[in-house]
Amino acid sequence: MSSRIEILNEGGFRSDGRRQYELRDITIDMSQQGTADGSAIITHGLTQVLVSVFGPREAKMRSQTLYDRANINVEVSIASFSTGERRKRSRGDKRILEMAATIKSTFEPVVQTNLYPRSQIDIFVQVLQQDGGLLQACINATMLALASAGISLLDFVSAVTGGVHSTSPMLDLTALEENDIPHVTVAVMPRTGKVTLITMETRLHVDRFEEIFKLACEAGKVIHGEMRAAIRLRTGMLISAMQSVSQNAGEKEDEQMYEY
Amino acid sequence: MRPPSPSIPEKEFVYEALKQSLRLDGRQPLELRSPRLTYGSELGYVECALGKTRVIANVDAKMVKPLPERPFEGLLTIHSEISPMASSEYELGRPSEEEITITRMLDKVLRRSDAIDKESLCILAGQRVWHLRLTLHFLSDAGNMLDCACLAGIVALKHFRRPEVEVIGDEVTVHSPSERAPVPLAIHHTPFCLTFAFFPDETTQPVLDPTLLEQRLSAGLMSVALNAQRELCVVQKMGGVPLVADGVLSVINIAVTKVKELDALVEDSLREDWKGRHVEVR
Repeated sequence: MSSRIEILNEGGFRSDGRRQYELRDITIDMSQQGTADGSAIITHGLTQVLVSVFGPREAKMRSQTLYDRANINVEVSIASFSTGERRKRSRGDKRILEMAATIKSTFEPVVQTNLYPRSQIDIFVQVLQQDGGLLQACINATMLALASAGISLLDFVSAVTGGVHSTSPMLDLTALEENDIPHVTVAVMPRTGKVTLITMETRLHVDRFEEIFKLACEAGKVIHGEMRAAIRLRTGMLISAMQSVSQNAGEKEDEQMYEY
Repeated sequence: MRPPSPSIPEKEFVYEALKQSLRLDGRQPLELRSPRLTYGSELGYVECALGKTRVIANVDAKMVKPLPERPFEGLLTIHSEISPMASSEYELGRPSEEEITITRMLDKVLRRSDAIDKESLCILAGQRVWHLRLTLHFLSDAGNMLDCACLAGIVALKHFRRPEVEVIGDEVTVHSPSERAPVPLAIHHTPFCLTFAFFPDETTQPVLDPTLLEQRLSAGLMSVALNAQRELCVVQKMGGVPLVADGVLSVINIAVTKVKELDALVEDSLREDWKGRHVEVR
């Protein structure tokens, strides 16, 4: 079925009307979710992921405490309604376990775990909708949730997928494109320009890889800009809310003073 | 049970040696332990050893009904449970994180890279196909079991021959090996997996094919699977120490040259083994 769809047409447009290097629109919601210490919902086009972070807190199991640093615990669950075809995945699915391990090892060198000895940071990733770029969305959402939980980080991490259609590279693939063409997911630390994660699962020539890899590193910086703006906006809102509260409190005190 | 982590003097000694590009077993940083391939009397039985890491791979084929959604394709399944025989680190029934990575990588390198032509395993569309079962036995873990297992797996698939079948109308005749020479599998390409270990100190060069101690002391692993035609099949760097982009590309270029050597070595050893075998052809 998918072979009938043109990945990149003669006019240089993709199946969803984007250009080659165009990213899907990103929306970030960092509002409070339940009792989580930090949470974020990120949407890349039709892919939506919710991440809640709890901690740093005392580890539930003593065996998991590390004397010199915090232990990071990641759990991924994919909602059965997240794909077009309803499909229930068990929690023991190898693919899901691997994704959790990937997220964990991506953030282990970024979180300053040595500041929180004998504690645990729980990251719960909930995939709400999927349309390609799942790992990318999970990593970006985790990054935002960790930031909103106020956990000390060494740098940002921003992830993006890239693919190659015959010889033309493209960015931020949808599920349709991911099924058809080789793709790479890269997570970069934009401040230092270093790469923490690379995964590629399909056959691709070395020279092509080099091209798309460099492009993805650049695109990571663009996503970083978006994420940073969202964090700043959220922090600004929190600060102004806190100021108005303290002002109100101040006025009330004054009124009380007058009463006396 | 997890063995105790290396002691502090041991750790510092290894780091200091690696900084001077010296390894405990006398190898160069980018030198592979030369693989030893031993073939069994049956076709498709291979024992692969990298130093003291040893893995046995065995392929067998049987006829089954194909999946209804893919009536023209044969099946390839990989069984790779790591038993406590390899090392006391592994437990039965409860897969560790390392075991998950190894299983998933094997699946990607051997199955999803389309190394085996699945359509050639079809006998009668929708009714009969070959089901290949690749079983890996991990005998001992002295570091870098993944590369050893991938090598054993792909060599076993190349070594294996399935019985010839004849289809007349709807009738399938399987010829025994004594009657007609068994046929090799149709293989598109041969991917090999190479693992590099990176260390916390940035000036230390990455090492290829880490031993158990190096693996445990490393700050991150990167596995690259590719074939001699310079096609990457899998690139996997899951977290660990961050690398500059050029560092990643140089590692891949090293892998390209190493894989060519490995490919030649495997082809030689298979040819050598084939010479010693008498397969009756009429």
